[in-house]
Amino acid sequence: MLFRENVVLALRGLWANKMRALLTMLGIVIGIGSVIAIMTVANSMTNAISTSMQSMGASNITVSLTQKSDSDFVAGGSVRLFRSSSYSEEDLITDEMIEQYRTAYSDSLYAVSLSENLGSFTVESGTESASVNASGVNLDYQKAQNLELLQGHWLLQDDLDSGRRVAVVSDEFCSQLSLRDDPLGKSFELTYGNQVYTFYIVGVYRYEDSGVVLSSTDEEPSTDIYLPLSAAKAISHGNDGYSQLTVVPNTGVDMQSFLEQTEMFFSSFYVRNDSFTVTATSMESMIESMTEMLSTIGLAVAVIAGISLVVGGIGVMNIMLVSITERTREIGTRKALGATNGSIRVQFIIESVVICIIGGILGIAVGVGLGSLGAGMLGYAASPSPGVIALAVTFSGGIGVFFGYYPANKAAKLDPIEALRYE
Amino acid sequence: MAKPIIEMQGIVKRFFTGSPSELEVLNGIDLTVWEGEFVAIVGASGSGKSTLMNIIGALDRPTEGTYRLDGENVQGLNDRELSRVRGAKIGFVFQTFNLIPRQTALQNVELPMLYAGVKGHARRRRAWELLDLVGMTDRATHQPSELSGGQKQRVAIARSMANDPAILLADEPTGVLDSVTGRLVMDLFQKLHREQGKTIVLITHSSELAEECQRIVTIKDGRICGQRQGGKASYAVS
Repeated sequence: MLFRENVVLALRGLWANKMRALLTMLGIVIGIGSVIAIMTVANSMTNAISTSMQSMGASNITVSLTQKSDSDFVAGGSVRLFRSSSYSEEDLITDEMIEQYRTAYSDSLYAVSLSENLGSFTVESGTESASVNASGVNLDYQKAQNLELLQGHWLLQDDLDSGRRVAVVSDEFCSQLSLRDDPLGKSFELTYGNQVYTFYIVGVYRYEDSGVVLSSTDEEPSTDIYLPLSAAKAISHGNDGYSQLTVVPNTGVDMQSFLEQTEMFFSSFYVRNDSFTVTATSMESMIESMTEMLSTIGLAVAVIAGISLVVGGIGVMNIMLVSITERTREIGTRKALGATNGSIRVQFIIESVVICIIGGILGIAVGVGLGSLGAGMLGYAASPSPGVIALAVTFSGGIGVFFGYYPANKAAKLDPIEALRYE
Repeated sequence: MAKPIIEMQGIVKRFFTGSPSELEVLNGIDLTVWEGEFVAIVGASGSGKSTLMNIIGALDRPTEGTYRLDGENVQGLNDRELSRVRGAKIGFVFQTFNLIPRQTALQNVELPMLYAGVKGHARRRRAWELLDLVGMTDRATHQPSELSGGQKQRVAIARSMANDPAILLADEPTGVLDSVTGRLVMDLFQKLHREQGKTIVLITHSSELAEECQRIVTIKDGRICGQRQGGKASYAVS
């Protein structure tokens, strides 16, 4: 009722008292601004992290050996008292199982990547040094991890078969050791146990900052170097089996059902195993839970910031009460001219909502500005979410109604005679 | 026989009812105002004329008695219905004009029609007509702060006419104006009475103004203590 007229009236009133209107809105501006800023930073962070996790392979399925839970035993009808908590050689996933798996699902499989981590090393060359994380990997590893080769070639089948001491290293590693010009064919040494092993560089891949870890810039990053799996196993005297492997399905394969099929396939080998089974998880589900966690944190902080909105709302209520006292005669006149209590109430609620929404819009501008600044400083691309902005506008309108109702109701209930007589 | 616009019988108004400081402001007013009449209600301060005006204007309810306004019984109405009655049947003209600040003259005239639910186009046209009637069209887009006292009162009179009310209720309309502009305002009332046949009730303490009306009702101590024809009235009571 009289909606447009009331909005125009409110705007004109605010324009006539610009300074006061601005100060009134300040609480709302700060409240909405801080909520939006926090949500923007959290959002940017979530996006950056999930993008970098995507690049690490969202479609990857991780198949890993896991301990059977107690409920599995109860379901099996026999409770074992003695269960080993660490796996032994016979528990591991064998090459045989993997071969069977490859054959059974050859249509859906893009890559099955295997790796054996040797741990962290420091490689020295003259005065320079580089910290690395060395892993033995198979042929499919490159496909599964989307590694881009800059020079040389990936490990060959031949390297794997004969366990050659060759390595694929990162460009970052090369520059740390000043090998940029021609790293291929150069050798470096790894000390494992008390043995020293020499490896020859056959390939260089592009190192990409994952973006997940916030590392200080002056510290040089530790990069991965990849050795033939067989060579790595020879060094570590490791087992023949694997505790973990990564499966990449072809594009177009339904992830969820493939995940279940994979888990079923491998766990079928572990029906008789007392302690261990195999579970399959995808990066997708990890991203999901990670994103969820981050947004929950963001939301929690935003709610705390939202408390300042309540303060802002009280400020609006205060000014509305002052404004109504000032305009007592006007209210009386309006009533004499036929305004009902309802229309007076609506007029003042709309006025308060207009104040709050304008404050909200200014707050969004401030929040997006601060949020972009914050996200920029943390090194993420700012991404204010439209949903949050819409919510902010709605919420500030809600504050307007909530904190405007009491003053508006007070105005509506004024006795017209008293109001007209008011000096 | 003209129809009665105001029919009051035994109107009593008490304040602080039941408390030791109970105050009886009006004690038994019987008043009838006929359609097309120009009536002055005069009385000293504290005589109860303001309270009577509030009851006539449906701003207040009497404690006792019956009041029919333009054929409608007013006592039983709730706040909402009283608002409607005020908007439709009463045109208020105040001593201090009471124009809404920051609204143009035109918007002020439109206001009662806005509350009465008159649609935009018709409202605007009617407001222009009324400003033309009071000779204020050249000031239509001015705000009250840009108008003189006399101009404000003319806009206020145009506003009071907006919903074509049954009566114009004017409370000391020339009270804060100088004699020249006060004269102009009185002439405007005379014109509305003469040309549009408006029923006008003028509340004043000035006997000079009252003499211009057709009938003078004098209030003292909450009672009507005398009624007579105005000395300079141009038309007799019908």
